[in-house]
Amino acid sequence: MAYSDKVVDHYENPRNVGTLDKNSGDVGTGLVGAPACGDVMKLQIKVGAGGLIEDAKFKTFGCGSAIASSSLATEWIKGKTLDEAASIRNTEIAQHLSLPPVKIHCSVLAEDAIKAAVADYRAKQPKTSQAAE
Amino acid sequence: MPEGSAIERNDTGYPIYLDYQATTPTDPRVVEAMLPYFTERFGNPHSRNHRYGWEAEDAVETARAQVASIIGADPKEVIFTSGATESNNLALKGVAHFHRDKKRHIVTVVTEHKCVLDSCRYLEEEGFRVTYLPVQQNGLLDLDQLRAAIEDDTVIVSVMAVNNEIGVIQPLAEIGKICRERGTYFHTDAAQAVGKIPLDVNAMNIDLLSISGHKIYGPKGIGALYVRRKPRVRLQPLITGGGQERGLRSGTLPTPLCVGLGEACAIAEREMAGEAARLEALRARFYEQITARLPEVYLNGDTTHRIPGNLNLSFAYVEGEGLMMGIKGLSVSSGSACTSASLEPSYVLRALGVEEEMAHTSLRIGLGRYTTEAEVDAAVEQIAANVSKLRAMSPLWEMVQEGVDLRSIQWAAH
Amino acid sequence: MMAYLDHNATSPLRPAARDAMIAALAECGNPSSPHAAGRAARARVEAARRTLALAFDCALDSVIFTSGGTEANNLAVRGTGAATVLVSAVEHDSVREAERRAEVIPVDGNGIVDLEWLEARLARGGVGLVSVMLANNETGVIQPIADVVRLAHAEGALVHTDATQAAGRIPLSFESLDVELMTVSAHKLGGPPGVGALLVQEGFPLRPLLRGGRQEDGRRAGTENVPAIAGFAAAVEAALATADGTRALRDGLEARLLASAPGARILGALVDRLPNTTCIAMPGVAAETQVMALDLAGIAVSAGAACSSGKVRTSPVLAAMGVDAELARSAIRISLGWNSTADDVGRCAEAWWALWARTRGRKTVQAA
Repeated sequence: MAYSDKVVDHYENPRNVGTLDKNSGDVGTGLVGAPACGDVMKLQIKVGAGGLIEDAKFKTFGCGSAIASSSLATEWIKGKTLDEAASIRNTEIAQHLSLPPVKIHCSVLAEDAIKAAVADYRAKQPKTSQAAE
Repeated sequence: MPEGSAIERNDTGYPIYLDYQATTPTDPRVVEAMLPYFTERFGNPHSRNHRYGWEAEDAVETARAQVASIIGADPKEVIFTSGATESNNLALKGVAHFHRDKKRHIVTVVTEHKCVLDSCRYLEEEGFRVTYLPVQQNGLLDLDQLRAAIEDDTVIVSVMAVNNEIGVIQPLAEIGKICRERGTYFHTDAAQAVGKIPLDVNAMNIDLLSISGHKIYGPKGIGALYVRRKPRVRLQPLITGGGQERGLRSGTLPTPLCVGLGEACAIAEREMAGEAARLEALRARFYEQITARLPEVYLNGDTTHRIPGNLNLSFAYVEGEGLMMGIKGLSVSSGSACTSASLEPSYVLRALGVEEEMAHTSLRIGLGRYTTEAEVDAAVEQIAANVSKLRAMSPLWEMVQEGVDLRSIQWAAH
Repeated sequence: MMAYLDHNATSPLRPAARDAMIAALAECGNPSSPHAAGRAARARVEAARRTLALAFDCALDSVIFTSGGTEANNLAVRGTGAATVLVSAVEHDSVREAERRAEVIPVDGNGIVDLEWLEARLARGGVGLVSVMLANNETGVIQPIADVVRLAHAEGALVHTDATQAAGRIPLSFESLDVELMTVSAHKLGGPPGVGALLVQEGFPLRPLLRGGRQEDGRRAGTENVPAIAGFAAAVEAALATADGTRALRDGLEARLLASAPGARILGALVDRLPNTTCIAMPGVAAETQVMALDLAGIAVSAGAACSSGKVRTSPVLAAMGVDAELARSAIRISLGWNSTADDVGRCAEAWWALWARTRGRKTVQAA
């Protein structure tokens, strides 16, 4: 399998590998995929007072394209609002990384991971603040 | 490496080759033996009219004897084919078709090579019944299950000698004995076994045996099928027109490839014992070092009934394809070469009861004739470093370290 | 030094093919393996596929590598699933025997398929596949494939042509021929034995002969014979790049043979033939005798096709052409190739004439 330069770059120098405290109120965690399918992504966001994503971290079990997709996702969502982050489409990720058709599911997983992290964060917030957002 | 050969193995900065079950380099001594038959002795072995043809025919017959010798057969029982895939197709379809009026049942094993399984599926479409026997956790066949599976109209039992992914050796002599007692043919796909373990078609009651050239340091594009003459195995040819190879396989025999296969067999027969001992030591070195460096490394397949050149390891919580991308300096395989283009985990490992998540973390490491201690050490270093790096970014590894039971998690269907 | 004039049996390996094979033999890799070694092997196979596609004017996906012409012919004739197959009376055994129930298209005295018969048979309906060779291995006679295609397609039948002897000797365009299937073989054009190809029209649903592996798009299982495939492509390239001098040599040879032995006859001489093949009869002298005498003089030729049996049989090709059995038994095949020289041809003509003179002499003595 030949990988694009961008996939190789993210695989060799992954951005934002790590873990945030999942119990913290300002952290949202998304865990998607399944070990039996060969891909698991954990993506976390830390949301600042202004409602912007201050920090993002990931850990991924999967192929190079899965690692690159999640690495790219953390890079893109930093500094964005939750709505902006949640609107990132898998096709943008796939296009940016030049993923071949057999690897499109990796970008789908990254999109799902972002959405799951955002949903987790929102679920943690009291009703009022969510409404004020 | 023998000195003074015209062909040197290339040294182009290629990665360390540890994929000897996918294919092997052609031994320079084999290339040397083949070259004259490509150039000055290029005759068609079926040309009975001139010395070019006679010379080629002599060379083919010498090669046939060399192939026969390594499996304890008579040269007349060896027919040349284009490779083990064709041999397996011919053995199964040929025997089944010849006996189709009286016998309609076939027994094989779920861990067979794809070409055996696909031939069986094709025969099922034609109305044959096929029993696919499971294997035990160590990859070996349960002989009682085999006995129970054979029916009155079982025409052939096909069990591979050595598995291509996990290297386990099936109990051939016992299988042969059962088949002979029950009056059914025994075919074995010995592509991975020839030259690695001693084989004797008579002692093991083998009726048909498939051989590959390029798995034993011979050329690609050539193989052989052993077909027993006493008692005679009858089969219908797959490729017709010309009547070569006793009518069982038509087509101009590729003299240089036949010579190469013969020479590869002769070398393997001479050097098998020494090579096995050397590879066994290298494999032990590999396994001891890697398990000393890394926790949670699991060996797939039986530990003792196994060819010396194979290790199949699961590196828990690290996905195999992702690992392959990291170990750029190594040519290894995650799963079989034929299926790695797909994303499904190896069906062989699944048949052993290896869970899917562990199957996704496996590498096949194939050691062979040109593997050195230095290569083993370098490979261990690269694999250990990359597994450590990937575990550090694996959410599964993190959860396990935190004491989470992965089974307790509701994984999204995906 | 032997003069090898039996290129229709097998042709010696061209130096370019030898070099390509040696380069490939020095590498190790299974083209199905995803690692660098496997990708290098895959790259060689795909480069060879491009060479063949360019040389024979077909799509990349049209090329299926096989173990040789025999396998390709078997795959073509059996792979279409056609219930009724028509094959010409002069086909190679690998076409004729691939479908034993095939109906046989007769040929005329020149070895050309009987187009009227074909048209009538097609009109009766039910024909799925017509297989007619491009050029014959014994006589070199070239068939009117365009006419066969026109008639067959008009009745909805597919066409296969066995171009084993024609490939590399005359220009071939798979697209222009408009056949569905075409067989080519490496070792007749200076490539290695053990490799060939079946060209199929894109998207053609072919039932594989060998199963178990996704090689060649699932149409031919088995690890690709990488060095032989590389050698095949190099030979094809060389065959196209070098001007073929065989026609002049062959025509000169025929003129000398006919002039030296009154009564000698060239079979198929009235129609288009391959530029390298001569099928010549020396009446009254058994072909075996001629072949032996030439062999002793250091010239390798053939009495009919080289196949398995080695037994002396009357050529079915010549019989189908209606050649008198006595004459057929005195016919030999002289086939030239890429390394044939004027010297080879000259020695052949001399030795043949010498034999003719000797037999005449003996007969004269006997008569006296």
